[in-house]
Amino acid sequence: MTLESKIPTGNVADKWTQYKSSIPLVNPANKRQLEIIVVGTGLAGASAAATLAEMGYKVKAFCFQDSPRRAHSIAAQGGINAAKNYQNDGDSVHRLFYDTIKGGDYRAREANVHRLAECSTSIIDQCVAQGVPFAREYGGMLSNRSFGGTQVQRTFYAAGQTGQQLLLGAYSGLERQVGLGNVKMYARHEMVEVVKIDGKARGIIARDLVSGKLERHFGHAVLLCTGGYGNVFYLSTNAMGSNVTAAWKAHKAGAYFGNPCFTQIHPTCIPVSGHYQSKLTLMSESLRNDGRIWVPTKQNDERHPNDIPEDERDYYLERRYPAFGNLVPRDIASRAAKERCDAGYGVGQSKMAVYLDFKYNMMQRYGRTEASKLNIANPDDETLTRLGKEVVKEKYGNLFDMYKQITDENPYETPMRIYPAVHYTMGGLWVDYDLMTTVPGMYALGEANFSDHGANRLGASALMQGLADGYFVIPITIGNYLNKEIHTKPMSTDHEAFVAAENAANERIKHLMGIQGTRSVESYHRELGLIMWNKCGMARSEKGLKEAIAEIQALRADFYKNVRIPGSINEFNPELDKAGRVADFLELGELMCVDALDRNESCGGHFREEFQTEEGEALRDDENYMYVSAWESKGDSWELHKEELKYENIKIQQRSYK
Amino acid sequence: MSKLMKLHLKVWRQKNTESAGNFEDYKVDASPDMSFLEMFDVLNEQLIETGKEPVAFDHDCREGICGMCSMVIDGRPHGPKQGVTTCQLHMRSFNDGDTITVEPWRANGFPVIKDLTVNRSAFDRIIASGGFISTNAGNAVDANSILVPKEIADEAFEAATCIGCGACVSACKNASAMLFVGAKVTQLSMLPQGKPERQSRVVAMVNQMDAEGFGACTNTGACAAECPKQIPLSVIATLNREYISAKMNGK
Repeated sequence: MTLESKIPTGNVADKWTQYKSSIPLVNPANKRQLEIIVVGTGLAGASAAATLAEMGYKVKAFCFQDSPRRAHSIAAQGGINAAKNYQNDGDSVHRLFYDTIKGGDYRAREANVHRLAECSTSIIDQCVAQGVPFAREYGGMLSNRSFGGTQVQRTFYAAGQTGQQLLLGAYSGLERQVGLGNVKMYARHEMVEVVKIDGKARGIIARDLVSGKLERHFGHAVLLCTGGYGNVFYLSTNAMGSNVTAAWKAHKAGAYFGNPCFTQIHPTCIPVSGHYQSKLTLMSESLRNDGRIWVPTKQNDERHPNDIPEDERDYYLERRYPAFGNLVPRDIASRAAKERCDAGYGVGQSKMAVYLDFKYNMMQRYGRTEASKLNIANPDDETLTRLGKEVVKEKYGNLFDMYKQITDENPYETPMRIYPAVHYTMGGLWVDYDLMTTVPGMYALGEANFSDHGANRLGASALMQGLADGYFVIPITIGNYLNKEIHTKPMSTDHEAFVAAENAANERIKHLMGIQGTRSVESYHRELGLIMWNKCGMARSEKGLKEAIAEIQALRADFYKNVRIPGSINEFNPELDKAGRVADFLELGELMCVDALDRNESCGGHFREEFQTEEGEALRDDENYMYVSAWESKGDSWELHKEELKYENIKIQQRSYK
Repeated sequence: MSKLMKLHLKVWRQKNTESAGNFEDYKVDASPDMSFLEMFDVLNEQLIETGKEPVAFDHDCREGICGMCSMVIDGRPHGPKQGVTTCQLHMRSFNDGDTITVEPWRANGFPVIKDLTVNRSAFDRIIASGGFISTNAGNAVDANSILVPKEIADEAFEAATCIGCGACVSACKNASAMLFVGAKVTQLSMLPQGKPERQSRVVAMVNQMDAEGFGACTNTGACAAECPKQIPLSVIATLNREYISAKMNGK
């Protein structure tokens, strides 16, 4: 099968507008006859389910959590980008488009990214209309801040819990449709199989996680809004339940997987503190607006950070990248932190951490402004600190509290210790311009698809993409498919395809339960995570990746011999749920390594040690690798398909933030 | 690494909604740097290794924002520390040799599913009854055309930080959900966008809250004291005010 991205013709700035006005529509009466399944209720899923229901479609929504409001979008902290140019600092749709393409190290699709930038402004309007309480200035206008990889202030936020507020907005829209009877909500349900009839996605098999029973659900179309797969690394900033299972089942059923090796390692997370650790906690990128990153200039410096004088501190990001300073993109900041720690300049007990220090801006930026407002001439350091602290508290209070709770250190007084951790996956199911996967009728939205962030996502762009896909893209593009389905009557779930899919899922679950070995699911997940982190993490090499593939294959074989799952199938059994997810991670991990091995270049978050500049920056190979890797499942192996990327509007260059 | 603490746990075990439950005793060694849930991970690994059934408990983000974790620890929802969810509670808040009792949320509105896991779908139904602003995607005007004074925005935000965990219900002797409902009503009735529906909203949400079997408020204040997001008791006053005013307007 050849890959058809179906990008509309015409000027990049006009494509979406023209496409929207020419796309076939489904009339309101017909919409009421069409059923859509939405899996996942994060920003993409909740906004899509709500909007499609508002338009009249019959929607069934599924989430594995106990409520749709708990999807992991809730944990996004810093903000959401939009090209509003409210700050009059030269922002525009084109600039957001350009920043995103460049930030993605020229591995994203121009047309999709431009559409994303265009939709960004409507998202903010929509969220405000829903009652999302964004931060505001005294005049009542919306407030903005900066994020990495940009030189404008276009990030809208609600303290350090923007994701929560946006998701609760989308969730309220979803629940409104539930109340109106337009959405049927299935919480504590996990999709375990895709049902295809005559090559088209026609439904899913879902497992009720409370009763353990398998259910058959028909849909004229199926939307996967199931998030990313960062948990393949075991330790990540993802929620414990975040998983690849739905996307992986889709992949096995024919959906190509795009750029699986593109993983985002976020530079500012609380470092690992012990072997029992179950997850890592992010400290928002927004902190880099006011936090300065440094390490001592001396190796193995054991002094307390507050005792290290200014001239013995190396603000290495400001030194290496003066134009963007502490606000370089995430991949660059992460690698720079790793470089310093590997060279022996790391801090803290493990020496695998750097400082994120707020003292300077707390005093000099905010303290001075507040003192000036209060007409305090020549404020002393104590006054500056006291006044500045209040401002910092208002901006980042919940993050500082979280840091203190976890580390037992007070970040208002002592610099935070931070280190990179797995945070997001740019890769995902390959989709065309309509967000349809290679299985007709099956779509992927938000983090679950590969489409907008190339090899590195800029901060505050995940929320933007999830909501753009759900509120503004899929409601239009799905018409392109469903207008041809208006004659398709809802199909009986007694159809042989449903029976076969349910049997397959049933057999798989029975097989897992039947192993009754000696090792816990968790222990396999931890081991897989370690292989992935060491060999397919921040730095990768041909040798390491080959080893990783062999190790994952061996671990997978051992899993199917020795895993022990307690309890039984037809009951609430979280260990069984986890076993199914880890089984899929054990396959995905291999594909990620295969993809990383294929890509003989460094770009964005994908850093192959063999391919770097003299200064240690990622060295792209545009001649041979300017493509999206789309992998087709062939049972035990994969076949690579390539979607060549064309840049007609942006001049490709070596990415520089110096 | 810090010294391990020896703990004695009394944990509520209940096979399913229908069956009766009981406390089981367990011994666990924990590091003071572990979170409370990581201590439960260690316990569960221990149980699985010895062929026993692990304790079922709800958890997801483990950073205090998803609202999924829900344990009553020594009689207090989310444990002894103020303004902290169970997942953000660390073992350094306990002492070596402590006996810790762990139970599920207990309320008619939150039936136990298994062990420490309860069904909180009643909260979703309350939101579905009116906890929203009726606007469809595509309807909105430019965001800055709706000016919201900073103080109003900040107060609405404070109410909107509710994570829907249900600790307020669990803490209340009447199993009242008025802090939860009050938080949403406060957020939406304060903002200009939420004003058109403020009266129908509050009546619908209170009706649904009653239908779900949550009790009434007797101003004890346990809900606000135990709320991990420190939603203030004043949201209940706002809820009452909004409700009375709606009723007086014949809603």
